[in-house]
Amino acid sequence: MIRPNRTLQGLSLGLGFAFLYIPILSLIVYSFNDSQLVTVWTHFSTRWYAALLQDDELIAAAWLSLRVALLTAFASVIIGTWAGFVLARLGRFKGFTLYTAMINAPLVIPEVIQGISLLLLFVELEKFFGWPAGRGVFTIWIGHVMLCISYVAIIVQSRVRELNPSLEEAALDLGATPLKVFFTVTLPLISQALMAGWLLSFTLSIDDLVLSAFLSGPGSTTLPLVVFSRVRLGLNPEMNALATLFIAIVTIGVIAVNQVMLASQRRRLAVAT
Amino acid sequence: MSTPIESPVAAARTPRPRAAWLARLRPSGRTLVIAGPYTWLLLFFFVPFLLVVKISFADMELGIPPYTELVTIDQGVVHVALQLSHYAFLLTDSLYFATYISSLQVAAVTTLLCLLIGYPMAYYIARSNESARNLLMMAVMLPFWTSFVIRVYAWIGILKNNGLLNNFLMSIGLIHTPIELYRTNIAVYIGMVYSYLPFLVMPLYAHLVKMDLRLLEAASDLGAKPWKVFTTITLPLSKNGVIAGCLLVFIPAVGEYVIPELLGGANTLMIGRVMWNEFFDNADWPMASAVACAMVVLLLVPMALFQHFQAKQLEEGRK
Amino acid sequence: MSLIMNEQSKVETVSDVSRARDAQDYVRIVDVVKKFDETVAVNRVSLSVRQGELFALLGSSGCGKSTLLRMLAGLETITSGQILIDGEDLAALPPYKRPVNMMFQSYALFPHMSVEGNVAYGLKQEGVPKTELKERVASALDLVQMTRYAKRKPHQLSGGQQQRVALARSLVKRPKVLLLDEPMSALDKQIRQRTQIELVSILDKVGVTCIMVTHDQEEAMTMASRIAVMSEGNIVQVGTPQEVYEHPNSRFSAEFIGSTNLFSGVVVEDEPDHVYIETPDMPTRLYVSHGITGPLGMAVTVSVRPERIALSRKAPSDSQYNTARGVIANVAYMGGYTLYHVRLDSGKVVMANVSSLALDDIDAPGWDEEVWVRWSASAGVVLTK
Repeated sequence: MIRPNRTLQGLSLGLGFAFLYIPILSLIVYSFNDSQLVTVWTHFSTRWYAALLQDDELIAAAWLSLRVALLTAFASVIIGTWAGFVLARLGRFKGFTLYTAMINAPLVIPEVIQGISLLLLFVELEKFFGWPAGRGVFTIWIGHVMLCISYVAIIVQSRVRELNPSLEEAALDLGATPLKVFFTVTLPLISQALMAGWLLSFTLSIDDLVLSAFLSGPGSTTLPLVVFSRVRLGLNPEMNALATLFIAIVTIGVIAVNQVMLASQRRRLAVAT
Repeated sequence: MSTPIESPVAAARTPRPRAAWLARLRPSGRTLVIAGPYTWLLLFFFVPFLLVVKISFADMELGIPPYTELVTIDQGVVHVALQLSHYAFLLTDSLYFATYISSLQVAAVTTLLCLLIGYPMAYYIARSNESARNLLMMAVMLPFWTSFVIRVYAWIGILKNNGLLNNFLMSIGLIHTPIELYRTNIAVYIGMVYSYLPFLVMPLYAHLVKMDLRLLEAASDLGAKPWKVFTTITLPLSKNGVIAGCLLVFIPAVGEYVIPELLGGANTLMIGRVMWNEFFDNADWPMASAVACAMVVLLLVPMALFQHFQAKQLEEGRK
Repeated sequence: MSLIMNEQSKVETVSDVSRARDAQDYVRIVDVVKKFDETVAVNRVSLSVRQGELFALLGSSGCGKSTLLRMLAGLETITSGQILIDGEDLAALPPYKRPVNMMFQSYALFPHMSVEGNVAYGLKQEGVPKTELKERVASALDLVQMTRYAKRKPHQLSGGQQQRVALARSLVKRPKVLLLDEPMSALDKQIRQRTQIELVSILDKVGVTCIMVTHDQEEAMTMASRIAVMSEGNIVQVGTPQEVYEHPNSRFSAEFIGSTNLFSGVVVEDEPDHVYIETPDMPTRLYVSHGITGPLGMAVTVSVRPERIALSRKAPSDSQYNTARGVIANVAYMGGYTLYHVRLDSGKVVMANVSSLALDDIDAPGWDEEVWVRWSASAGVVLTK
């Protein structure tokens, strides 16, 4: 086994990760800076964290984002899994190209285009049917779901194609209808991919700015929108505190998910006595 | 079983009459399964696009919604009014033209930089041993999972005149006056590369990790030096991953709004920003729609390429 | 090559005859064609399988045998033709409604269910009540001797154990026909022979009609009561292992099953009870003690099995036919027998399997030694295609 050049490896990885993490570290460090001018260090303080707790606008926005993210994640997994399964197992049906185009496009198309198109849809719908009445949680939710379906579909599709088709054929052979096969055999075996899709959708939704900007209405401001409006004006130490909290939560979450996956893997490989 | 079966063929060929026509009426289960997501996508992806095209031919108007109707019926006469001025403006205005070119340029340079930084990272992670690999990829993805806006905001703190970078450089005596970075094109490039890097590393890594290392061993056995092995074996084999990653960066980068808005200056021309301004600041929805349509046309070729590569992936997986 | 012959079925009584006549066509495959786009995978195949027999479809990869099997299971649609089981046309039935079950080549055990869960799956789909289900699962596991592993998951089992669970899973549903897709291919060579015998005894005990697909002719000969040799979507020959081996109907059959020596020649004398053939490969004429239908001068091939060829150091006393002189070109000692390659004066290389017993008599010849080959009148088979 020939080994890659260790110095080059260390150098490129080291520089790469430094590039990725220095901004994150700077956010964390300066969140504990007492000064209003974020980058001019005065002394250690946690006052900005206290300020966060008093920040009603931010907290309300955070709750909204959380709710939307949960709704998005569940809806995206259901529709995305369905869409991904169609991609993987139903061969080349009529209109396949358009179908794949519609799934691939949201992965790359600039969000401003997605935003305006969905907004126009809702406006026209309101004009003709009186529904949805104005923009709000519902419209944001649909927009986020549209973004996330593609990711879930791609994840599910690649996982389903890894599955041995004999397993589904065996289930059919043993008397299960295709629907039963999906729920009793296919779904349990792709559960990890579903989990990954759920987490990805949750993250994308809670982080989304542009789509939310187009599709939100009065009283439905998401967290990224609030943050954006504040940082547009420049540095804001409260944002550093928020950033640090975010990073902490995500890091803990990632480690937790990783541990759970490792544990389940170990359980699966364990030989029973 | 005890009675001899006479011409079982004929007996089995005629199905019970009731079941036959019923089967004809019901759409096959397969069609229903495909129709579900298909309808959803048509409704929430395709139709909205058609609407954007439609509105781009409308006129700006005060009111809700702030655009005119294309088709009106007045005393039994159908009037169709297509406002072409938006497109005319787009095609003739030099500022718009410059903005489109600038957007393409920024996206292209970003893609290149991401490739230069991201390829070695993806490569060396793929070549690490298994346990290290997972950890390293997690470390690459971790920033991606924290808030996008906040990460871009972090660079404000670094690039400002009294920010981290300038303070550091001045403290070690390398410079005496701060370098103007915040609100310049350079800041935009840094921000773009920073945000889009995971989008290149991820698919590239997925490709590289599947590479058969025995091919490298064979090349080495045949006398190729490490650099030659890389250029003649690894690089060509990773072509698909490279192209997929580049497209995943380039296409959305063209229409990026947040990064140029937060880090760029007044002379940073990006089409996403222009479109946003038309929509939110000028409330000119038709103009914004026209800008969006032009953007889509601009991106049709790269998007078709991306579609082609995704399809190739699908085919490769089928084998 | 050792042949373990299946014991022929029990003696039929008079009352059995009528039932046997029906049972003759338990599975009927009638003019079945399968096309994938323009490629014909199965080309107008017709077969009848008797109830309770183990029938093998034998052929190399791409011959259409697996496609045929999958059509029986309902996993592939039939382009044209019919498949009937116990008189019932299966065309309209999707795989989950057919009285057919398949044991897959990869076993396809559900990894997220225990052994018990796997075996119970098919019964659950039928809606079998709980108590009956438990009983049937238990007896199926007992049949394949996997009761102690009931709670284990598939990945905790060896290949052989997985196979037994797959078998139990199919048999527990009491199908009319059991399909086996390359049953031994996933097992190590050493345990294959033992498993073949075990499998046949279980199937015999249950009495289910079996159709298996394999590319391994030893496996087909060992396990099946009748074999269909397939090539390029067509059935080449159907018969018991003995029939197919001793009386191949074509070059393909002769060469596919076991190995054989083939001599191309023309018919020079043709009587009802014998035929003479001249061939450039041999100094003497070939004499076969059965007649064939065909004109004089017809081009034919004669197949002679290596184990029918006798070697001697001296020229045989009556060397009028089926005799030739040659030189040992290769010796392969196989333990129970030795495989000789003899290059005749004509240049043709003939294979001869000489048992160790026979070798003792002639003091085993070595490389480059001169020997004579000969075989009896009944040893050759004349092939016209």
